Amino acid sequence: MFKGDFISNLPKIYGTYTGGFLVFVILMAVLEQMGVGADTIGILFVAFTVFIYAAIGFLSRTMEVGAYYVAGRQVPTVFNGMATAADWMSGASFVAMAGGIYFGGHGYLAFVVGWTGGYILVASLMAPYLRKFGCYTVPDFIGTRYGGKLSRFCAVVILVVASFTYVTAQINATGTIAARALQIPFEVGVWFGLLGILLCSMLGGMRAVTWTQVAQYIVLIIAYLVPVFWMSNKQGFGLIPQLVYGDAVARITELEQLHGLGTLEAVSGAAGGLRALTVPYAEAGQGALASWKFVTLVLCMMAGTASLPHILMRYFTTPSVKAARQSVAWSLFFIFLLYCTAPALATFVKLQILDPNLSTSLIGKSITEVNALEWVQKWSNVGFLQVIDANGDGILQLNEFFMRGDIVVLATPEIAGLPYVISGLVAAGGMAAAMSTADGLLLAIANALSHDLYYKIIDPNAETKKRLLVARALLLGIGAAGAFVASLKLTSILGAVAWAFDFACSGLLFPIVLGIWWKRANRQGAIAGMIGGFVAGTWYLYMVRFAGMDPWIGIDHLRFGIIGMPVSLICMVVVSLMTPEPDAEIQAMVDDTRVPAGKTIIEAQAAK
Amino acid sequence: MNEADNRLMHWQSTKRLMIITLSLWAFFSFVVHWFAGALNAFSFLGFPLGFYMAAQGSEVAFVIIIFWFARTQHKIDLQYGFAEEE
Repeated sequence: MFKGDFISNLPKIYGTYTGGFLVFVILMAVLEQMGVGADTIGILFVAFTVFIYAAIGFLSRTMEVGAYYVAGRQVPTVFNGMATAADWMSGASFVAMAGGIYFGGHGYLAFVVGWTGGYILVASLMAPYLRKFGCYTVPDFIGTRYGGKLSRFCAVVILVVASFTYVTAQINATGTIAARALQIPFEVGVWFGLLGILLCSMLGGMRAVTWTQVAQYIVLIIAYLVPVFWMSNKQGFGLIPQLVYGDAVARITELEQLHGLGTLEAVSGAAGGLRALTVPYAEAGQGALASWKFVTLVLCMMAGTASLPHILMRYFTTPSVKAARQSVAWSLFFIFLLYCTAPALATFVKLQILDPNLSTSLIGKSITEVNALEWVQKWSNVGFLQVIDANGDGILQLNEFFMRGDIVVLATPEIAGLPYVISGLVAAGGMAAAMSTADGLLLAIANALSHDLYYKIIDPNAETKKRLLVARALLLGIGAAGAFVASLKLTSILGAVAWAFDFACSGLLFPIVLGIWWKRANRQGAIAGMIGGFVAGTWYLYMVRFAGMDPWIGIDHLRFGIIGMPVSLICMVVVSLMTPEPDAEIQAMVDDTRVPAGKTIIEAQAAK
Repeated sequence: MNEADNRLMHWQSTKRLMIITLSLWAFFSFVVHWFAGALNAFSFLGFPLGFYMAAQGSEVAFVIIIFWFARTQHKIDLQYGFAEEE
């Protein structure tokens, strides 16, 4: 069936895989019709997909350094685009984004803009040049371009802080989904999730993560799009949901006035994490401060995208510089498919809950009627939803209906009355999204520690076998640390996913960009930029979030990159100009980085 | 034309493309959304325009810009003889 080598057969292999997955979904639908319970179907979905990822991880095992760190640099553009999209779209994007839009309206869309547009920075400023450089990790670039162990060490520290902030949230998400689908306690679910993640990455490093991420992207995009298309057609909104929800947005604005949004008093007594609707959906914030808050959040998320090592290292795996560039474009395309669907989903769910003309509506109905609905009961029981009749009139008002944002994705199939098999599919999609991101992050941390800290700084004479052993031991250790922190449920202390982006752009953006685009940038400048930006950003985060300082002009804890980045830039430029320019060899290296043709910088150095 | 001049001109073209790309990027990332309130007075496909640009318009623009950038940069590399051998 498959002649020739693995790479040239990729379209066939993943075509077969996609077909197989669809057959599995149909099989589950048949089982459901035959009377198999919803719980069993949920278990089968999660267990089957995780087993497939683990099998791919096992088949991709390797003992070669090049395959372990950069997948042998032979991943074709489109496939690398899919892998990056899975790497990028976390459990939060999958489960929480539509809910965020549901509650936050226009203001929350800053995340959607920020988490897509950053790829233009990656394509134009970073990825092709880092690919030409031929490094294994991001600190590898910093260490080679600027020279010296201290610069490499600073980059490793920032990478670890940014990625670890992010990875605990992902392990937490895998634990939540595994716990619910497999009916096990959360603390056990976390370790089960970690086991799945490690099976995908330990034996084959980047090579294994690449091929599982492609498989995970296929599952997650099917799981996200199918319910939305189905619901849109079933409820008569239109054939292609992304194109037809304009009128629904306008209708929501009417309904908000009808239901008295903004005039109702806040009702207290809802459990933690549950919210009632209070923000107008389509209205943009008034005045310069609101605009400023929107664009600063966009900028932090974009700059963070361009500095997060687990994303940048995906472009080290392409066969050429040209392929790296195209691959960034494909990544954005595959991410766009999900991100342009999330607002459509949020809009439809909102309309279904608010619009009294639709049979699914809740607001304005009698409380007994609402409480009798099966999906309302089910999600109330797990603490995701709450109805409080504050004024005692027996009618549900907008301010009396509380829910968690995650419901928008997780309960869509039930709100719209789709079969349970779709809920199982959504659970598998959420699991794929969280696992793929956790894999990329864990590998980024372990690779930086094993390649840059252990091999380049501590023991440059280590043998290949020992290096790969250390890499795997670190993966195991960091994964366990992440799972341990996640199992403590410290989410309120660990804070938001957004922090990872702010840490990354505060410390790494300018040292990477200027390393390529400014020949005069030198070691002292880069170290000053990394330390200055990272310390300033972290200090500001601490002051605003924990020490009770008032944010400066609306720059809250989600946006601390706005403080870190300029400090980093100024430190780097001033210190570079005060110290001698880099020697001729480094300058020639920068020149070579800027043209695609020829050997990579690392190869050229090794040949000397 | 000697090698050094060729490199210099390649880099100048590359820089020019980078500046054009990032100008377009900045327009769709920041300028459009700064004026979202005013744009909402207009309607597009039934959407208030400011909301549409944040939910879909800017993202579509990003996808078009990034594919255009990848193509154009490759043409520049070919023109100066710096493209990789396939």
